[in-house]
Amino acid sequence: MASTIVEARGVTKDFGSIQAVKGVDLSIAAGELFGLIGHNGAGKSTLFKMMLGLIPVTRGEIRLDGESVTGPRFRDTRRKIGYLPENVVLYDNLTGIETLYFFADLKAVPRGQCAALLEKVGLGHAAGRRVREYSKGMRQRLGFAQALLGTPRLLFLDEPTTGLDPGAIRDFYRILRELRDEGVTMVLTSHILAEIQERVDRLAIMEGGTIRATGTVQSLREAMNLPLTLEIAGGAGLREQVARVLEGIAIDGIDDSGHSLHIRLPREAKMPALARLATLGETLRDLHVREPSLEDVFFGYRT
Amino acid sequence: MFSIDFRQIGIVAGKEFWDRIRNRWVLAVAVVFTVFALVIAYFGAAQQGTVGFHSIDVTIASLVSLVIYLIPLIALILGFDAIVGERERGSLDLLLTLPITRKELILGKYAGLAGALAFSTIAGFGAVGVILSPQLDLNALFHYAGFMASAILLGFAFLSLAVMLSVFAGDRTRASGMAIGTWFFFVLVFDLLILGALVVTAGDYGGAVFPYLLLLNPADVFRVLNVFSLDEVRTLYGLATVFPEALSHPATLGGVMLAWIAGPLMVAIWRFER
Repeated sequence: MASTIVEARGVTKDFGSIQAVKGVDLSIAAGELFGLIGHNGAGKSTLFKMMLGLIPVTRGEIRLDGESVTGPRFRDTRRKIGYLPENVVLYDNLTGIETLYFFADLKAVPRGQCAALLEKVGLGHAAGRRVREYSKGMRQRLGFAQALLGTPRLLFLDEPTTGLDPGAIRDFYRILRELRDEGVTMVLTSHILAEIQERVDRLAIMEGGTIRATGTVQSLREAMNLPLTLEIAGGAGLREQVARVLEGIAIDGIDDSGHSLHIRLPREAKMPALARLATLGETLRDLHVREPSLEDVFFGYRT
Repeated sequence: MFSIDFRQIGIVAGKEFWDRIRNRWVLAVAVVFTVFALVIAYFGAAQQGTVGFHSIDVTIASLVSLVIYLIPLIALILGFDAIVGERERGSLDLLLTLPITRKELILGKYAGLAGALAFSTIAGFGAVGVILSPQLDLNALFHYAGFMASAILLGFAFLSLAVMLSVFAGDRTRASGMAIGTWFFFVLVFDLLILGALVVTAGDYGGAVFPYLLLLNPADVFRVLNVFSLDEVRTLYGLATVFPEALSHPATLGGVMLAWIAGPLMVAIWRFER
C-alpha cells in the first residue's frame, strides 16, 4: 500500500456563521492523480486553500507529507509543492522566461530548468515575449510551467484546463501521466466532468461543504447503481425481435433514436441481456455498452 | 515564528525595483523632480522681480513647499496596490504557497519600491545639485544633501503608509481612495486643523503642545526638519522662537521620521499575518 501524502482529518472551516467546509476526511496516496469535483460554492476551493496552508482551518488538521500545514516546518514542505491557482494572472510586464526565473529564484530552483519547462508546456517559441501578449491558453500553460518548477512531489491544480483548446488539454493530461509515472501526486479540481472522468485515478465529490463520495469513477458508478445503456443497431424489425428476446429480463425502457436502439437496464441485468441479444445473430449489426457518465454519477449524489 | 530569509526579501525587492526601472517610472519621476527643482532654483524669486539662482537656503525653502505636496503623492501612488494588487490578480495565493513568509513578502515589496523612490529622488534632485554645484560652497552642498536625505525619508514614510493601506484595503479601488484620503489628510487638512485649534483657543490653552502635535504628521516633520536646519530660512519664517529647542534637533526629528517609516510597516505586517 502506497503511503499517504495528503491527509485531512475532520477539517472544518467557518466564515462567520457560514460553514464552508464541514468535517472533511480525505486521504490521498503518494503517486495518485486525484480529482476533486463539485459545483461552485461546494467548498472545494476553500478546502484547496486550507490544504495549501493559505487559510487556517477552524477545526481539524491537514498534513502534507506528514507535516502539518500550520506547523513551523511547513516552509520546507512548500518546496515540494507546486500550485496552479484558478484564473491566475501573472505579471504582464515580464517575459515568459523572466516569469519563471522569478518563481525559480523564490523556490531556490536553478534557473537552468526554466527554458526546458517552457518547452515542455509548448511555450518554447514564446519565451522572450511579454506575458501581456500571451493568449489565455498560453498564460495557463505558463502557470502550469511555474507549478512544475523544482520537480515538485505534490501538485495542486485548480481548474487547470480553463482556456485550453482540446489539443492542449490532451497535451496537458499527457504531461500529468508522465508525472504520475515519475511518482508525483496530483490533486486537481474541475467542473468539466467529462474531461476528467477517464483521466483521474480516484476522485471525491464535494457538495455543501462535505465529501459525498470518494473512489474510482467505476466504484462510484457501481455504488450509485445507475442504469447502463446498451446501444444496438441492426436490420428491419430489430425492435420487435429485441423485445422478444429480452422478455423476462427487468429492463428500464427502450428508446428508438431512428438508427439505433437505446436499452436502459440495471447493472445486474447486463450479462443476461447480452447473452440473449447474441442469439439475434445477423440481425444485430453493432452493440455498445454505455456506462453512466461521471455527470450522471455526480448528479446522482447531489439529489 | 519563522525566521527571516533575506534572500527571499531580496528577490521580491529586485523584481519590484527592476519593474519600475523598466516601465520608466523611475525615469519619469526623476525628470519631474529635476525640472521642478531647476525652475524653482532659477525663477523662485521671480515675484520679487528677479530671476536667476540666489541662495541655496531660499531654494531649499521653495523646494520644501513643492516636495511636501509631490513626494507623499508619488509615494502613495507607488505603494497603494503593493499587496491588494497581487490579491486582485490572484497571484498573492501563488506567492504565499512558495517558501516565502508574509513578512518577507511585505518587506521585499517595500524595499524594492523604496529603492525605486530613493533612486528617482537622488537622480532627480542630484542632477540639479550637480548643475548648481559651481555656485555652491561646501556648506550649501551639505544643506542640499540634507534636504535630499529628508526628502527620501519623507517618501519612505508615505510609502510605508501606502503599503499599510494596501494590506487593509479589500480591493484596488478602495485602496486608491484610501491613498487619496491619506494625502488630503496629512498634506492639506492636518495643518488647517492645528491652525484652527490654535486660533480657537487663542493660544491660551495648551500652546506648548502644538509643536509636538506636528510630530504626528510626517509631512510636518519633514518641513520642520528642513526649516530649522537653515539659519536664513528660520529668519524668513520667523517662527524659530515658538519652537521648542528639543524638537529642532535634526537627530530627534530624524528619529521621529524613522518611527513613521517603521510604524505603519509593522502594522501592515501584523495585519497581513492575521
